[in-house]
Amino acid sequence: MSKREFISPQGLRIDGRKPGEIRRIDCTLGPFSHADGSAVLEQGNTKVIASVYGPREAKRKGDVLHDRAIVTCEMSITSFATSERKQRSKTDRRLKERSLAIQQIFESVISTHLYPRSQISIFVQVVQSDGGDMAASINASTLALIDAGIPMQDFLTACTIGFVDGTPILDINYTESASSGPEVTAAIVTKSRKISYMQMADKLPIQHLEKMMLAATEGCLMVYEILKKKIKAHSYSLLHARGTAPS
Amino acid sequence: HAAWKSGMSERQYVTTGEVIGEEAGFLRGHGTVAKDGKLQATVSGFVQRVNKLVSVHALNSRYQGEIGDVVVCRILEVADKLWRVDLNSRKNAILMLSAVHLPGGVQRRRTQQDQLNMRQYFVEGDLISAEVQAVKQDGSIHLHTRSLKYGKLNKGLFLSVPASLIKRCKKHFHTLKCGVDIILGNNGYVWMQFSREQDGEE
Repeated sequence: MSKREFISPQGLRIDGRKPGEIRRIDCTLGPFSHADGSAVLEQGNTKVIASVYGPREAKRKGDVLHDRAIVTCEMSITSFATSERKQRSKTDRRLKERSLAIQQIFESVISTHLYPRSQISIFVQVVQSDGGDMAASINASTLALIDAGIPMQDFLTACTIGFVDGTPILDINYTESASSGPEVTAAIVTKSRKISYMQMADKLPIQHLEKMMLAATEGCLMVYEILKKKIKAHSYSLLHARGTAPS
Repeated sequence: HAAWKSGMSERQYVTTGEVIGEEAGFLRGHGTVAKDGKLQATVSGFVQRVNKLVSVHALNSRYQGEIGDVVVCRILEVADKLWRVDLNSRKNAILMLSAVHLPGGVQRRRTQQDQLNMRQYFVEGDLISAEVQAVKQDGSIHLHTRSLKYGKLNKGLFLSVPASLIKRCKKHFHTLKCGVDIILGNNGYVWMQFSREQDGEE
């Protein structure tokens, strides 16, 4: 009975990363012209598509707020996202919970007071699921909102942390998350370093919580640095395409 | 679009949440927020400084109406003494009955009969060109078609482009040499039709 080693004696994880290393991030901004903002984000093998519509006239007039915009979110996972084909209905409880979480996170960060009586809709779809779906969804939503030009109080990024042999491991993939260790998904606002969202469905000794939170902040900041560069590169390429490149 | 005018002294690029500079002595424009005595960007884009006004404009954003804009829009609903119009903005615009050009005479008091005959002018689904008359406090846009060049559009081609690509110019109605009339709506909606002089060739 060999127990699978999540951290080898050399200090490397199953996929060869160090505990403090996040997966390769790649993103495309604005792939869909019909949406106001859109993004495709890849974190390792996890691939997520986010589209943002808004601010626009609310679909349900009864939902409008007189002083700010409402934010709605709909999250879905395609049937081919996991290794086993599984049809998930839109009313799946876990999906609804995640959609609600994304809605609440972004409601607090988007400057909704600038758009009273309007609606901002976020649609997230997980196309490939290899662990860290929620974190990737949050990151993709941030990118899509930035692509749509919707003002936000801060830049929100998310990261998933696991815990193996007393060491927090950053950005866990599906194999690591399927282990019996605790898994924390955290989102922070990068300028003020405040935690916007934290979720865990496992047991964790309280003395390890602070280590995990510090690791989460580190991971989110790493993601922020990468996304910042990608956004800047995308903006410059857009300007070049429009023929108004800065000298 | 205002941000791309020449004469911008600095082309500083900022992402959401990045600090632009000190707050003291500057006026906060669009796309900025003051936190802890510093100016922070709320959108990702280029910083525009005009004297003491600091603002950040995103490269892509939804159309925000300004008075005097020429727009191409679609009627969504016929309501009590007004039409609701889709402008591809954050809210539907309003075209008041008192703001359209009535055939009987330029200035005429709108009667009950006019109200009942609203459908004879514009119906749901009609495409019209109009000008932004006013932008109210709550952000709703009021349009008017009080000039002969505005009105219902038919027999042509409709196109939708991102609104940020349309520059604000003196003229939005152009006639191309190939015999095509083109209306470049500030809201990103574009209308093309054959010039009235020529008769449907190519």
